[in-house]
Amino acid sequence: MKVTIDGISIDVEPGTTILNAARQIGGDIVPPAMCYYSKLAGSGGKCRTCLVKVSKGSEKDPRPMPKLVASCRTTVMDGMEVQNITSPEVIEARKGVVEMLLINHPLDCPICDQAGECDLQNLGFEHGAAKTRYEFDRRTFHKIDIGDKIQLHMTRCILCYRCVFTADQITDHRIHGILNRGDHSEISTYIQAAVDNDFSGNVIDVCPVGALTDKTFRFKNRVWFTKPVEAHRDCDHEKCNGKVTLWYKGDDVLRVTARKDVYGEVEEFICNTCRFDKKKTSDWVIEGPRKVANWSVQSANHYETLHPLPVLQTNPVLIEANKEQFERETRL
Amino acid sequence: MGRKLLLEHINVPGINTFEVYRKKGGYASVEKALKTLTPDAIVEEVKKSGLRGRGGAGFPTGMKWSFLAKPEGVPRYLVCNADESEPGTFKDRYLMTHIPHLLIEGMIVSSFALGAHTSYIYVRGEMMPQIRILEKAIAEAKNAGFLGKNILGTGYDLELYVQPGGGAYICGEETALLESLEGKRGNPRIKPPFPAIAGLYGCPTVVNNVESIAAVVPIINDGGEEYAKIGLGRSTGTKLISAGGNLKKPGVYEIELGLSCEEFLYSDEYCGGIANGKRLKAVVAGGSSVPILPANLFLKTINNEPRLMSYESLSDGGFATGTMLGSGGFIAFDEDQCIVRNTWNFARFYHHESCGQCSPCREGTGWMEKVLHRLENGHGKVSDLDLLVDVSKKIEGNTICPLGDAAAWPVASAIRHFRDEFEWHVTNAAEAVTRNFGLAHYADPLVKAEAV
Repeated sequence: MKVTIDGISIDVEPGTTILNAARQIGGDIVPPAMCYYSKLAGSGGKCRTCLVKVSKGSEKDPRPMPKLVASCRTTVMDGMEVQNITSPEVIEARKGVVEMLLINHPLDCPICDQAGECDLQNLGFEHGAAKTRYEFDRRTFHKIDIGDKIQLHMTRCILCYRCVFTADQITDHRIHGILNRGDHSEISTYIQAAVDNDFSGNVIDVCPVGALTDKTFRFKNRVWFTKPVEAHRDCDHEKCNGKVTLWYKGDDVLRVTARKDVYGEVEEFICNTCRFDKKKTSDWVIEGPRKVANWSVQSANHYETLHPLPVLQTNPVLIEANKEQFERETRL
Repeated sequence: MGRKLLLEHINVPGINTFEVYRKKGGYASVEKALKTLTPDAIVEEVKKSGLRGRGGAGFPTGMKWSFLAKPEGVPRYLVCNADESEPGTFKDRYLMTHIPHLLIEGMIVSSFALGAHTSYIYVRGEMMPQIRILEKAIAEAKNAGFLGKNILGTGYDLELYVQPGGGAYICGEETALLESLEGKRGNPRIKPPFPAIAGLYGCPTVVNNVESIAAVVPIINDGGEEYAKIGLGRSTGTKLISAGGNLKKPGVYEIELGLSCEEFLYSDEYCGGIANGKRLKAVVAGGSSVPILPANLFLKTINNEPRLMSYESLSDGGFATGTMLGSGGFIAFDEDQCIVRNTWNFARFYHHESCGQCSPCREGTGWMEKVLHRLENGHGKVSDLDLLVDVSKKIEGNTICPLGDAAAWPVASAIRHFRDEFEWHVTNAAEAVTRNFGLAHYADPLVKAEAV
């Protein structure tokens, strides 16, 4: 099936979603996704950041779709034409969604462990306005320990339901879900029962924000000061193959996570033993340094440049532009 | 005197019992449909009648039925949406309380037309008396051989169940209703697939409003063409309107679509005018989710033609100067009502009822409610008005289900039509908490907009 996204055509399998077709093309035209997770069936459609405009339904029925559609849950039709970053309507709607996502988010990035690898932070940086128009109290919750290794900080949650789907599909039974409705809704185990399962730690990895954090790593270090290294071990759990990323600070392994792809989705889920208990270099076979995208703040500590990236620009054109901008902004 | 099809025998004593209902010609449509008609012929008849969904969206019922997928070996379901919870709408509750057998009769005929052998009536949890009434009615019908195995010796089996909901507005949305019926959290599903392909338990399902299903009975009795003669244009048949607010005679009225709004509001046969000799200020024509209109725009369209109670005429002028028939929850406001307070009240409702699944609705409804609360209590800013319009635009159309639109429309339309009242709440904040804005110019004759 042929689909055209922002003027770029690609042939995809029938049943592919627009988002996955865009990911096959890659680059700037990939809509952001906060709730969709390709490894979790049924996820997506909730956060509305991946809205796109379908300007031509299909070859057979060329009518455009009346409303913006969630690209993560809309399958492509033959001859479909989709506008993402070329449509002002989509950009406007996405800006609105980002604003909505941020109004009840505490924006406590300076003290949040997720900062530096946070999907919402990246999204807000790309699409959000510098200031919010929201002038009321944000909703707050108490921190809850779910199990001895995971902490839930609902205040930061954007209710993407990813952890619920993870618990549903990766672990053998689910004991947490959503309570209440509307903007009072919260992820909870209801009676604060411990999430006690071999794969429960994966909810930390799927969380796009800092709502579910690893208690063995909390407040240990900023992500961009650690060095990610790919490693594996011969895990004896039948469902875990032990392929992980180790996050080093000096000689210490500060935490272990699953390996994530460019869209922040884990490649393979790992078991709790690998994640929480194996924190010595001797437990692992090191494969090599992990590639970090150069737009990511984590690359500030990239292996090729052990010193911080230069703040001062040497490009004369940029220097001139910066000067102009500085003058314009300080004129009053 | 308009024709009554649904409420014809409403004043007969004991019409809620099987014997009286049967004596008054009840269950004739079941006999006719099951013995003389094929399922396809019934669907065709409903198509011919031009019946449009009475739950709010106004989608043609016959068309909806014909979209139902019919794969072999998979059961099909008919679900009656009796989760009526829109503020201002109470017609289904009235129908179920006083003439429950009409709904049962409609359910049997509709189920037969769709080939469903198990059908559900999903009733809102707060309507406990109605649930009992329906269960009693079902038992009576079963006793008389109109439900169960081999109905009237025709070999058609049908089981009818009443399922109480948990009392959430969102469960009136058809996919959320199906989730709730399956025993899950009532979150709307992401469409496609539509319920006609994969609905209840993944099987093809039709979800219809109580009144739509009840309207099938006169259609089968009199024939679709006869039904289509009532009404105006594409708005055929009769519609139950639940009139509330500052009216002399609030209540449920059955009108022929195409009745003029003025007649409905002021004639003694219907609402009888505004109570206590006051003047009309504004009208919400179809339940809280439709745009509110000031008195002058409600009685006349922007082209100075009299506005009629029909799907087309009420939406004449689009969102700029029109509204929608919706579910028929007619609310009239007299000159002493405060539109800001009313808008806040609606926003508060939608904030409370948002399911919290998709972000624009979850966060936006709460935001609008807080801003409106501030405006109403005299702490507003002039910029709040534009903020509200902008937020409502960001919600509208970007959500999974229509609840986002339903929350955005009343706010956007109230600001569009009553902007000076909102501004007065900001500029005269101290006065605004002690007295209301009054009628102002909202009932003045319309000035024709200059062509641009």
